[in-house]
Amino acid sequence: MDKVLASSDEAVKDIGEGAVILSGGFGLCGIPENLIRALVRKGSKGLTIIGNNLGSTDSKDGEIYGVGLLVKNRQVRRFIGSFPGPIVKFKWFHEQVQAKALELEIIPQGTLNERIRCGGAGLGGVYTPTGVGTPIEEGKEKKTIGGREYLLETALRGDFALLKAFKGDRSGNLVYRFSARNYNPVMAPAAEVSIAEVEELHEVGAFEPDSVHTSGIFVDRVVKGELYEKRA
Amino acid sequence: MRKGLSKEQIAARAAKEVQDGMYVNVGYGIPNLVPEYLKGRDIFLHTENGIIGMGPLAPKGQEDADLVNAAKQPVSVVPGGAIVSQSDSFMIIRGGHVAMTFLGAYQVSEKGDLANWKVPGEDAIPGIGGAMDLAAGTKRIVVTMTHTNKDGTPKIVKECTFPLTGQRCVTLIVTDLAVVRVTPKGLVLEEVAPGVTPEEVQGATGATLCVSPTLKTIEV
Repeated sequence: MDKVLASSDEAVKDIGEGAVILSGGFGLCGIPENLIRALVRKGSKGLTIIGNNLGSTDSKDGEIYGVGLLVKNRQVRRFIGSFPGPIVKFKWFHEQVQAKALELEIIPQGTLNERIRCGGAGLGGVYTPTGVGTPIEEGKEKKTIGGREYLLETALRGDFALLKAFKGDRSGNLVYRFSARNYNPVMAPAAEVSIAEVEELHEVGAFEPDSVHTSGIFVDRVVKGELYEKRA
Repeated sequence: MRKGLSKEQIAARAAKEVQDGMYVNVGYGIPNLVPEYLKGRDIFLHTENGIIGMGPLAPKGQEDADLVNAAKQPVSVVPGGAIVSQSDSFMIIRGGHVAMTFLGAYQVSEKGDLANWKVPGEDAIPGIGGAMDLAAGTKRIVVTMTHTNKDGTPKIVKECTFPLTGQRCVTLIVTDLAVVRVTPKGLVLEEVAPGVTPEEVQGATGATLCVSPTLKTIEV
């Protein structure tokens, strides 16, 4: 099986207006930076971004990177995530929020993860104790199980998942490196089309089966990332 | 001289709660100073983004953008450490596998309710991160904070007026003035900072403190 495409631009060419996108990474660690830049070049608007943060700033130049580039380019209509992060210091971000051009749904980090996991695992939702007695519980079903209260949190899925792995083979088996793993494994199964960019592209059979972190069964497209800035 | 502990002294006192064999998580602010006082201990530090066995900050020139902590700083992994996914990391948190978590707070109530993510009425964009999951899942939550706000208003209160992070989750509060335990019968003043009286601590607290019969002075 060969899922490799020639470029990041080709990998995102059918991500259209209003697409719902799961975006891997934590801050700028383990983000699909080439696919994001390709999506900025493509310019699709009205996107929903589901991910931990709205990018982050580079400690060297203070500028925003990651999915924050899509917000800066006014391509994002809605963000479902846990911690917007340093993007809140930029005027162009607040202008969009105030104009209601950008909606934010801020949820607990573990709840974000579990909602995505449900989306990929064929579950409608999950009962979690996280958020009970807080503003997060508003409008949600509450259930007592074994004497403890839980909130029903419903599944999240994407039209596309944009993922980053250290190594991939041509059939989409992925291997991550250090904390760049983060959300990438849970997002891979939760989209109609999952696109993985990799630093190293290998032939099918190059990885020991025991060393594969995400199976290619969850990955539809593979591209070798053109440029890794790896800002931090 | 100003009475009360410095932030470093608060962190050092809080670190004494940790027992060997524990898996520990630390939040932002004063909690982030706690690991400095856990050096050489037989414990593993867990981070929300998936490190079990976080080591010190990476030395200059050895930073690796693929290896950062929950505050997005480049760090190291100690021998015996492991990397897990976000799913496993929050299974660890919610499943009660973190033995002790250190968090900062805007307010803690006498019942142990915690408010540390959002200031009421402010239109600043809040972030939640892992705080609510840690509050819901950790067995022992130690809050490290200043005893009062800069204007002197108490941060230990009868009922939190700020939006909650979690209910009945805080087990111990370590401040610049005191160590206060949250018990089913209410707040117990267990230790006072050197030169601080129980009456002074009560005066800076918005809920009733029961003074422990074994009241001690915090060793600094």
